[in-house]
Amino acid sequence: MAGGAKPVRPGALPLAAGGAAAVAALLTIGTLLAVLARAGGAAWPDAADWAALRFTLWQAVLSAGLSVLLAVPVARALARRRFPGRGLFITLLGAPFILPVIVAVMGILAIFGRAGLFNTALGAIGVAPVSIYGLTGVVLAHVFFNLPLAVRLILQGWLAIPAERFRLAAALGFTARDIARHLERPMLREVVPGIAVTIFLICLTSFAVALTLGGGPKATTIELAIYQAFRFDFDLGRAAMLAGMQLVLCAVTAALAARLSLPPAFGAGLDTSQRRWDGTGRWVRLADGAAIGAAAVFLLLPLGAVAAEGLPRLLSLPAPVWQAAGLSLAVSLAATALAMALALPIALGAARFRRGRAFEILGMLPLATSALVVGTGLFLILRPVTSPGALALPVTALVNAVMALPFCLRALIPAARRVEADYARLADSLGMTGLARLRYLTLPRMRRPLGFAAGLTAALSMGDLGVITLFADPERATLPLQMYRLMSAYRLADAAGAALLLMGLSFGLFWIFDRGGRADAAV
Amino acid sequence: MRTIISPALMIAGCLTASTVLAGGKPELIVLAPDYFASEWGPGPRIESGFESRCGCDLRFVTGDLLSRLRLDGGAGADVVIGLSTDQTAAARATGLFAPHGLNLSVLTLPVAWTDPDFVPFNWGETAFVYDRTRLPDPPDSLQALIDAPDDLKIVIQDPRTSASGLALVLWVDAIHGDGAAEVWRRLRPKILTVTPGWSESYGLFTAGEADMVMSYTTSPAYHLIAEKDDTKRAAIFPEGHYFMAELVGRLTSSDQPELAGQFMDYVLSEDFQKMIPTANWSYPAVMFEGALPPEFAALARPEKTLFLPEAQVEARRETAIATWRKEMTE
Repeated sequence: MAGGAKPVRPGALPLAAGGAAAVAALLTIGTLLAVLARAGGAAWPDAADWAALRFTLWQAVLSAGLSVLLAVPVARALARRRFPGRGLFITLLGAPFILPVIVAVMGILAIFGRAGLFNTALGAIGVAPVSIYGLTGVVLAHVFFNLPLAVRLILQGWLAIPAERFRLAAALGFTARDIARHLERPMLREVVPGIAVTIFLICLTSFAVALTLGGGPKATTIELAIYQAFRFDFDLGRAAMLAGMQLVLCAVTAALAARLSLPPAFGAGLDTSQRRWDGTGRWVRLADGAAIGAAAVFLLLPLGAVAAEGLPRLLSLPAPVWQAAGLSLAVSLAATALAMALALPIALGAARFRRGRAFEILGMLPLATSALVVGTGLFLILRPVTSPGALALPVTALVNAVMALPFCLRALIPAARRVEADYARLADSLGMTGLARLRYLTLPRMRRPLGFAAGLTAALSMGDLGVITLFADPERATLPLQMYRLMSAYRLADAAGAALLLMGLSFGLFWIFDRGGRADAAV
Repeated sequence: MRTIISPALMIAGCLTASTVLAGGKPELIVLAPDYFASEWGPGPRIESGFESRCGCDLRFVTGDLLSRLRLDGGAGADVVIGLSTDQTAAARATGLFAPHGLNLSVLTLPVAWTDPDFVPFNWGETAFVYDRTRLPDPPDSLQALIDAPDDLKIVIQDPRTSASGLALVLWVDAIHGDGAAEVWRRLRPKILTVTPGWSESYGLFTAGEADMVMSYTTSPAYHLIAEKDDTKRAAIFPEGHYFMAELVGRLTSSDQPELAGQFMDYVLSEDFQKMIPTANWSYPAVMFEGALPPEFAALARPEKTLFLPEAQVEARRETAIATWRKEMTE
């Protein structure tokens, strides 16, 4: 990008955005079509599939609703309070979301399980134990995963309100209710639908969490039905039909959310760091403290349990685990670079063009794709060209990048829209286009969400098993795969050590990128 | 944009380079489940053991066996190792396997084995494993487990996603047949949860969440040998335990039929069979003198081993899963 202010042809952005969207479409819709073609047609859903659909929808609605509802007070408290360790806490909030499912489940059970801390404490005071297995467990785990994501994304909305608006509000003697009405609710109206839908879609494809904590086949999700169709019945037509069902659900909800969310009109600010004069009442302070404290206990205790479990073996982990950690780092960085290259053009395209919503919906599709269908589809597409085992790592990186796309877009699109709304006319009148505009206007203004998105992608990619069912390469295992291998060889203590290493690396990557994005901010 | 993408591709490229480098020697490709070829599975020992006698290069390709067989005819492999007994019908139906042609009289299984295509190389039986310090008085029969108070918590695997989960529903079906529905209705309150695979279940059990876990009669041997821990036991039921073996078979499409044949011989050799107990934590298919570590020899053995013929497995599988699912969801 050394060329500086050289104007780029006006077609560059649509081309880049279209290209990135095409990659996302190939991996989501293209792989499904490949499976469908191989199957020679789709099956028709039976009664069990409809039951799976009902349970899937119900738990996803509950999980998304609860996550967002609980996230709003926590994000509000974090937005208006300053306390030592606040920055660290905000960063730590990223941790649950990026944990591999089985690690997080073990962490949750160490606290809320039958033999967990919570029930042990209840037992000590003579109260009967509480069982979390069932819908409660599923929703609890989903909230554990997604509440922090919701807090982070909503907090970003809060911090994006120009500091001047709060100053003006204070000067006008706004009460908390006035601020809520004029500043906070319009902001929430913009960001919440998209976040709720994102979480809804994440929970839609849940499988291991739902099954393990769901207590039995009552908690059958569509994703589990896909797995069964593949692994046990080898009924590709059924798998394709179920995967198609998920994609349609995803597209419809994403389109609905796009209609629900309204862009706010705060106007541009002067980028001074936000200072708040409201919320000084004792009750408000108490409520904020309670919100932050409760979130901290709920989210950090299970993480602490994972750490405590893994610490004794961390340093004595066998060499292949460290090797796998190195590979996973490389894959994760490659996935992050790819994801940024895909997400940025789509986000800018979605913000600039009238029909940009289409990009946005397309970018959400990876959320609802089944890893098994993507893996099989890619396998069928690549098989005639090359040996799938040889492509294990690049394919994992690409799939991880595309899978992280929806989260990146959730963070980037609102920011891109704001840049567009606040500065597009000025930039146009200055004749600032192409790379110069990207470099001097867009990138600096989107730094914070970019860092967050990159951190999220890197961490998610670290913890993801990818598409190993068909692409596994025995010589080049990633860290999560190595952890599963340890577990299936009875080495649970080593697996716990590997889990801690995985958590540390995921979290470290997230921290570095996220911190980089916030380097200038007094957060 | 180009400047952003190319480093990623370069990294990816470096990682894939040097994947397949046959060094002049003939190559035997073995398709195996992922756990099998991992550093903690039997794969590495099999590789070095066979390479030392064949003058060839053994390469593992890993993945979900049946999917690979059906999607691309077995990935160019010569031999497939690690299929389970409940998968033989589906594997045979692919038409990809050649008769093994081995003399099966050397096998020392608790059941008669006459399969023309698949050869067992290790075996075990399903069992509920418990920790005697946490459960001093375990149920001593399947009936006792069914009758046990509901606060005895067990953890099992989903028959739709896991081999051991499928073995469990077939086990119950083999003993109770049409009465299986009643069994599941009574077991249901005791089932803490159902996990997608064996590993998650076993993790829940060792973490103290459940009193018993659906596993194998040989599981305690791992704790005895690797952890010097004698608290884990398999509950032995007089009704019988469900037999599971892991199998090897050769593919008709192999371009190394001679090596493949040598490998099949190697699987039943003393070398291979002696490493099975501690490499795959199960019983060897051929019992050589001194092959079994004392800890294995001391394990409790069921009096009765239930082995369903392939046709019966196929006939009962769907009914058994449907019954389980119906009773577990109502």
